[in-house]
Amino acid sequence: MDYFLTEEQKMIQELAGQIAREKIRPVRAQLDEKEEFPWEVMKILAQADLFGLYIPEEYGGMGGGIFENCLAVEKLGEACIGIATSFAASGLGAYPILLHGSEDLKQQYLPQIASGKRLAAFGLTESGAGSDVSGIKTTAVRDGDHYILNGTKQWITNGGESEIYSVLAITDRSKGARGASFFVLEKGDPGFSFGKKEKKLGIRASATRELVFQDCRIPKERLIGREGMGFVIAMKTFDKSRPGIGALGVGLAQGALDVAVEYARKRVQFDKPIISFQAIQHKLADMAIKTEAARSLIYSIARYMDTEPTDVSKYAAMGKVFAGDVAMEVATNAVQVLGGYGYMQDYPVEKMMRDAKILQIYEGTNEIQRNIIGQELNKEYGRIKESFF
Amino acid sequence: MHIVVCIKQVPDTKNVRIDPDTHTLVRQGVESIINPFDLFAVEAALQIKDSMGARVTTITMGPPQATEALRDTLALGVDDAVLLCDRAFAGADTWATSTTVSAAIRKMGDVDIVLCGKQAVDGDTAQVGPEVATLLDIPYATFVKKIEMLDGSHLKAVRQTDDGVEVWKLPMPSLLTVIKEIGEPRVPSLRNKMRAKKAEIPNWGAADLGLDPDSVGLRGSFTQVVRVFSPPRRSNRIQIEGSVEEQAEQLFQYLKNCRVPGL
Repeated sequence: MDYFLTEEQKMIQELAGQIAREKIRPVRAQLDEKEEFPWEVMKILAQADLFGLYIPEEYGGMGGGIFENCLAVEKLGEACIGIATSFAASGLGAYPILLHGSEDLKQQYLPQIASGKRLAAFGLTESGAGSDVSGIKTTAVRDGDHYILNGTKQWITNGGESEIYSVLAITDRSKGARGASFFVLEKGDPGFSFGKKEKKLGIRASATRELVFQDCRIPKERLIGREGMGFVIAMKTFDKSRPGIGALGVGLAQGALDVAVEYARKRVQFDKPIISFQAIQHKLADMAIKTEAARSLIYSIARYMDTEPTDVSKYAAMGKVFAGDVAMEVATNAVQVLGGYGYMQDYPVEKMMRDAKILQIYEGTNEIQRNIIGQELNKEYGRIKESFF
Repeated sequence: MHIVVCIKQVPDTKNVRIDPDTHTLVRQGVESIINPFDLFAVEAALQIKDSMGARVTTITMGPPQATEALRDTLALGVDDAVLLCDRAFAGADTWATSTTVSAAIRKMGDVDIVLCGKQAVDGDTAQVGPEVATLLDIPYATFVKKIEMLDGSHLKAVRQTDDGVEVWKLPMPSLLTVIKEIGEPRVPSLRNKMRAKKAEIPNWGAADLGLDPDSVGLRGSFTQVVRVFSPPRRSNRIQIEGSVEEQAEQLFQYLKNCRVPGL
């Protein structure tokens, strides 16, 4: 379907599509099997200027927005969301700096992230703080011109591979939700080390690791925004990044649909290609409907969000939930269309099904997304005085 | 340092069919691509540009739509491109092509290295590179898999031949035809893609190159294609696979079954 993209947006799609076809598809199974970080692909994406799509030109980026980033992420996700997640996670790490960093922090870090010379990562989750972000234990204590961090972050995407980390820590526990702050940490900061690398069901090419802070001393200028803004920055970052997770879902669903349709046209049973059977046709039709619906939703949301509106949380959550659920369903059905072959590693759909599950979990579980949508509905309708019945 | 890369637009051979009646290529609906070996030549030029700085220009002789092939090279990081397009160039054999291409390189003047793919996948002659060098009166090396700059005036070329590897030292300017071992062609960058889209690509005709129309195209060609045909399929072909010992055994059995005397 024609989504009326600009010339530049079409170029982004084309370029990301070429990289997905030529550089990701041939290596995805091997990287998944070996749980190896896709450094080669990251270098290619850097050289292709894709890391800076959403970063303003004054900081070395391409000056695009969420939509441009979504177009790239979707295409990369068609081939492998493990690799695409490694790419997208750098954006997640960059957004706190981009949204609220001082001019100095922006000048120092954004050009490096935009060029892909250094990857970024986002450090929020802890063993006791997942859906309930307020449970974080990592602390940052001011000491003269420095902050001293202590604590352990868990399941940090790109952990150990990235060099720049946006990390949330408690600066004043007595202030509750207003007592957390974001900091920029660099790989190599004294007292900053990495814990165990996780073994995962899917997206195994991406690195997921602990960040360990033991009396980690950093200059006070590494504070992002002001003290106490941590949760606000986290929520704003998620608003920006969630359409990208949706785009990963659209990409994965499209990738699974592509394999399923091609297979169904070639696979002969009862002397006919199985696509001639209605049971298969209807399954493929539903997969195609949902994939296109997810794409339409993500594109609409991303475009809307690039107009800098204020009511974004509900839409960002809608896109993440819907596309994530669609990806899981389409990938599962793709495996079903391929039958026994789909369950084997000879075809890519078993990996897609394993990979898809994370889309319903990370960047806020889909349950949390529905909470956000529900709470927003409650607030919205509370403001409306009119009765509908 | 100025590097000129000669490229050719060819039909995508993965999808080529031969018309069974006319025995010519079915061009309809077949996408045109840059000759894959020429992409290695572009990559070689860009590698030199990356390592020591160079201006890279691509040229191609072809119809107006060959501009797209040139544009694709600009997207990879090539600085300039020139199209050699003229009705008088049509129907050229390798000699007439080389006459045209060498005239264009001569017109550029300040060229240090000319790079070509080892051959084009449509004609498969591998002649244009050496012919261009001969017409320019510069040394050349074919089937090059590695290029190294020695000093300002010489380069080292590592050639892959059927018998092994040869290392040559050539004075510049010189021409090299490259093979795929030179390095996998890169993907474009978004900035270069955007620049390529808008780039003005000049077109040089026979008059611009100071060429007599009788010396180029069909009229300037020494050879003409009289007839094209698909070789008849030979039915008695067998393919043997496996280790050398297994292959030898299979061949022995086959020949024995053919009642070859003495077996």
